[in-house]
Amino acid sequence: MNILVSSLRVVVASMGLCVVGYTGVILGVAQAVTPATADGSLVADASGQVVGSRLVAQGFSDPRYVWPRPSAVNYDAAAAGGSNLSPANPEIATRAKAIIAAYGVDAPIPADLVTASGAGLDPHISLAGALFQVPRVAKARGMDEDSVRGLITRLAFAPGGPLTQDRIVNVLELNLALDAGA
Amino acid sequence: MDALFLVTLVVGTTALLSWPLGQYMAWAMDPAEGRGPTALFTRISGARGTQGWRGYVTSLLVFNLLMFAVCFALLALQQVLPLNPDAKGALSADLVFNTTASFTTNTNLQHYSGEVSMSYLSQLAALMWLQFVSAATGIAALTALARGIAGRGNMGHFLIDVQRATVLVLLPLALIVGLYMALMGVPMTLQGAAKALTLEGASQTIARGPVAAFLAIKQLGTNGGGFFGPNATHPLENPSFWTNLVSMIAIILIPMACVWMFGRIIGRPRHAAVIFSVMVLFLIAKIAGSVWFESVPTFALRDLPVAQTIGNLEGKELRLGATTGPLWAVLTSSTSNGSVGAMHDSLNPLTGLMPMIRMWLNATFGGVGVGMINMFVYIIVAVFVAGMMVGRTPEYLGHRVEAREVKLAVMVLFFHSLLILGGTALFAATSWGQGSTLNPGAHGFSEILYEFSSASANNGSGFEGLGDNTVAWNIATGLVMLLGRYVPIILPLAIVGSFMAKRRAAQSAGTLGVEDATFGTMLVITVVIFGALTFLPAAALGPLADHFSQVRRAPF
Repeated sequence: MNILVSSLRVVVASMGLCVVGYTGVILGVAQAVTPATADGSLVADASGQVVGSRLVAQGFSDPRYVWPRPSAVNYDAAAAGGSNLSPANPEIATRAKAIIAAYGVDAPIPADLVTASGAGLDPHISLAGALFQVPRVAKARGMDEDSVRGLITRLAFAPGGPLTQDRIVNVLELNLALDAGA
Repeated sequence: MDALFLVTLVVGTTALLSWPLGQYMAWAMDPAEGRGPTALFTRISGARGTQGWRGYVTSLLVFNLLMFAVCFALLALQQVLPLNPDAKGALSADLVFNTTASFTTNTNLQHYSGEVSMSYLSQLAALMWLQFVSAATGIAALTALARGIAGRGNMGHFLIDVQRATVLVLLPLALIVGLYMALMGVPMTLQGAAKALTLEGASQTIARGPVAAFLAIKQLGTNGGGFFGPNATHPLENPSFWTNLVSMIAIILIPMACVWMFGRIIGRPRHAAVIFSVMVLFLIAKIAGSVWFESVPTFALRDLPVAQTIGNLEGKELRLGATTGPLWAVLTSSTSNGSVGAMHDSLNPLTGLMPMIRMWLNATFGGVGVGMINMFVYIIVAVFVAGMMVGRTPEYLGHRVEAREVKLAVMVLFFHSLLILGGTALFAATSWGQGSTLNPGAHGFSEILYEFSSASANNGSGFEGLGDNTVAWNIATGLVMLLGRYVPIILPLAIVGSFMAKRRAAQSAGTLGVEDATFGTMLVITVVIFGALTFLPAAALGPLADHFSQVRRAPF
């Protein structure tokens, strides 16, 4: 009996410390120091309307926009998930063929544009994947290809700085920049 | 090239940090008489005196039973409890059972998706609380084991130890990592999901929540349960390369430090160094294997006009770097963490085999506290086999290893394989398992095998293509997790209890040294033979068959 009462006291104490105290400290500091990312890195347009999160992919299919990686959950940020297909599963090839047809470009397509990410919300594409889309976007917007290409190169970054080689581009930021420039 | 550098950076940094942490943990968990804040913990709990192994185990079980009860109640009533801004509904009873068993046992197997099913109160007060105290249970058990081996007359008191582990070890580290995560862009809010109107005019609901706090203890306590369904692949749970890097270090830090703590308490740091080296050896081998296997491009895309320059990208996130997927896969299951940085179901077959091997061995670092306890079991077997080979009574640090101890040790190993292979056989042969696999052929078998391995090893990762939120899966894996947690804690403590009851033998020339390369080699051989060979047939039916059926069609 004694041990049960003692255990209960430890339950209550650890709840207070780990749930209320610990969460409170992190919440307080995060909201005070980095409120924008603490609320989910939301992006608003000039009128204050939230148009998405910098960290969450959204579906783009308009030729005027750069398109993201495919999503196994159709960019549902309230129920994220991967395809869970094994690398040999023929469904991966079927999906890739449909995407290649939608792009309608003859050159080999960069792999990230035909593979689904882990959460289905990968906000980035590879630099090669963005440059691959330049002719379509430039034509649809009536811009010259060099200025689209310049914009992409300016926004591209190496995620791990000197520790990683391949550069990536945030799709939503790029599309917002395209809209702002056009 | 950057793969090699990154592996060295992560493993090397963590190994360096683990040594001072281990010394600190020894001080915090096992202070000299009258030192440290023991008086405070005695006052909080009202627990006095010391316990033998039976008393210690009883306290551990009572406390864990309460953990189970509290979590079960909170989850079962979440729809009427506060802190539920997105109005999450009731969970099915079998899912509540599975989830509670999962988090109580430090497994964090998730048959639900966090942002779909759980209220913030469930996430914080039920699941995150268990991530603290279940990890603390593991550290406490290891401390007790070490005290017994050190020749103390008692094991200490569980309720004091579990508070020490929570307050002095886990909480400070979680604060550091949690604050880092919050400052590096992980969400930390109690507001419900955000509504957005996308550039193309569609509406998008963006789930968020108190992620930073949850994520820190998830990694440090080798828990692994994600706030969001897809865990650390979710961009809000792991927004950048830098959060990923620190997460990888956090995953393996305490399991590494546990080895040093063990060495310090038993007063044999050189013995701990040998154990540490053996564990690092296995870890490096598995990392090298998976990074290599994962550099093979996605097989299904081989005949299409696709430029595959950086290996298999299916199920991976670009910001984390192509290497970190497989690196994470091994780190996460090298400890018993189970958070994923890439979807394991979409890994190449041989890459997917690496985490399975680690879950079968369950001791090359393993979970917080319990990984070292599992290694102790292998040590007992190794000492026994070595003793038989030279024809002397086997001894471990002066403790005579006799029939009773060896029987208990072998039971631990046997039980682990029974749970995995028995469960896999049952589900592979019946509609319970056959109806739930996503991928065809050998890969589907791998999904079932992985799920039971993960449950029994208290890992918690999964081949998530498996449709595992069914009554059969929830109950079966719930039971496997509970048995796979408590049997390998209780029996090793019983072994040490039986050591404590015997007179300690004096060291002689015939005593097996435990501080040299001979012992290390013996330990490696024991782990491979007793741990891995049992599972070779199952590996052949799953990942190996999966791999070779691809090789036959297109060699790479």
